[in-house]
Amino acid sequence: MSDTNAVAFAHVSLRLGSRLVLSDISLHIPFGQFIGVLGPNGAGKTTLMRAILGLVPPFAGTINVLGEPAQRGNPVIGYTPQLHGPTPGLRLSGWDFVASGASGHRLGLPVVGRVERADIDRALGLVDAQGLARRPIRELSGGERQRLLLAQALIGSPKLLLLDEPLISLDPHHQQEVVGLVKALQGELGITVLFSAHELNPLLGAIDQVLYLGRGQAALGTVDQVITGPILSRLYGTEIEVVRIKGRIFVMAGSHDVERDAHQHDHGSGHGHSHDHADLTHADHL
Amino acid sequence: MLTIFDYDFMRNAFAAATIVAVLAGIVGYFLVLRSQTFAGHALAHVGFTGATGAVLVGLSPLWGLVLMTVGAGVGMGFMGEKLAERDVAIGLVLAFALALGLLFLHFFTSYATQATTLLFGNVFSVDTSTIWTLLALATPTLALLAVISRPLLFASLQPELAEAKGVPVRLYGILFLTVVALTTAECAQIVGVLLVFALMVGPAATAQQLTTSVTMGILVAAVLALLEAWFGIALAFYTDWPASFWITALSVGAYLLSVIGRRLRPAAA
Repeated sequence: MSDTNAVAFAHVSLRLGSRLVLSDISLHIPFGQFIGVLGPNGAGKTTLMRAILGLVPPFAGTINVLGEPAQRGNPVIGYTPQLHGPTPGLRLSGWDFVASGASGHRLGLPVVGRVERADIDRALGLVDAQGLARRPIRELSGGERQRLLLAQALIGSPKLLLLDEPLISLDPHHQQEVVGLVKALQGELGITVLFSAHELNPLLGAIDQVLYLGRGQAALGTVDQVITGPILSRLYGTEIEVVRIKGRIFVMAGSHDVERDAHQHDHGSGHGHSHDHADLTHADHL
Repeated sequence: MLTIFDYDFMRNAFAAATIVAVLAGIVGYFLVLRSQTFAGHALAHVGFTGATGAVLVGLSPLWGLVLMTVGAGVGMGFMGEKLAERDVAIGLVLAFALALGLLFLHFFTSYATQATTLLFGNVFSVDTSTIWTLLALATPTLALLAVISRPLLFASLQPELAEAKGVPVRLYGILFLTVVALTTAECAQIVGVLLVFALMVGPAATAQQLTTSVTMGILVAAVLALLEAWFGIALAFYTDWPASFWITALSVGAYLLSVIGRRLRPAAA
């Protein structure tokens, strides 16, 4: 377990209630990489991130973050939780929303000092959101809100970013924008990013490695190493075929695209997937 | 010619309303921000049982209110989010709390006006010792809120991130509901348990229509609550209508105006 690892798991088992989410996982995430965290719903993407944050203690094994045991309130980690349900404080300005995270753990009045103000403005500048920050959150689109969340995660100059499903409910154009922004930040700041997503395709070309979770197991490696029939068949527990078309990758069980299916389950029935399904039918005949 | 400040009961009314309005405006801002306004309403109902129970055993209704609301507030804090999904159970508990209060009053028939005072308040019956009690309760309540306000704001806006940053989100939730409980008990002295919303929710909701800044919002909420309470009392003096009516009418009126004002200039932030 050398210091060059951003995150190191040694024989880690994680439980969520009575369910075993990860079972005896050992892996090393090198410093300075962009990692796509993938896997079906309930595979443990969020639990994995919460374990790195020290919010879910491992049932067995040890987790190290930048050479130190995982612990709650670790200042080297920036985090954007998955958005679900209505956001409180919609009438507040983006700036006030982001600012609540600056030294938000300290007791006292919510007064922002000069040092904190500079840090907030720096973080907003990194994601190019100074303009957005002047507007009330309720007037912002999903992609714009995601940028503010990212700015909030960057306060305190973290070395490791954990982004939980930042692409959720964004259209493909905005998905590409968020991935591009995170990729640029990761390179510019030289930090490690764990980016969970339902689908691999928006992340292709940006990520250094994939961490694929499924059935309590995990596979870490490059896209070519991990996104293969044998490995994914093991993670899904069913026969998986990997189909590549025009630089895109489809993970298929029989005639179903399993990543797409997971995506649709989350957001109700289809919005704009018909075009892709035409692709799939085509793939089937190949 | 006598002005309204020449009467003792008017000076007492203004003093009591000042203490309570500032507290209610500030606490209300966080209550509205956290979408917990229902908690304020619920605590007031439960407080009615406490107040009538206290009268029955010969104690001051204020202490009954404080005991019951704080107890219920802490209980609600411990139950946390589980409570949010049980609106039927909560509704029944609240109805029963009011009914129990009614029963207590029934046993104490000699005080028929007590019910009206508890339910709708009577700011003109406040005496000097009550003012000191209100101040003694309001000061530590506001101090507690001041101490926890920064992490409370963080935990209110970003609970999961706050938790990850080591903020004891649950603890602050419980402490805040204690603050709300004490504020509810104070408000009930001015506008009664049924109209607590007028001072706690109205000014805060109006403030959040008017400004997108937290600091300004808290300030505006406190100033609005103060103005609504003062003008309400003054109007009650000149019209001889109940002060609680006027305070509530001003609170609702200000909120409506702020909403209409927003609609008329939709482009402005």
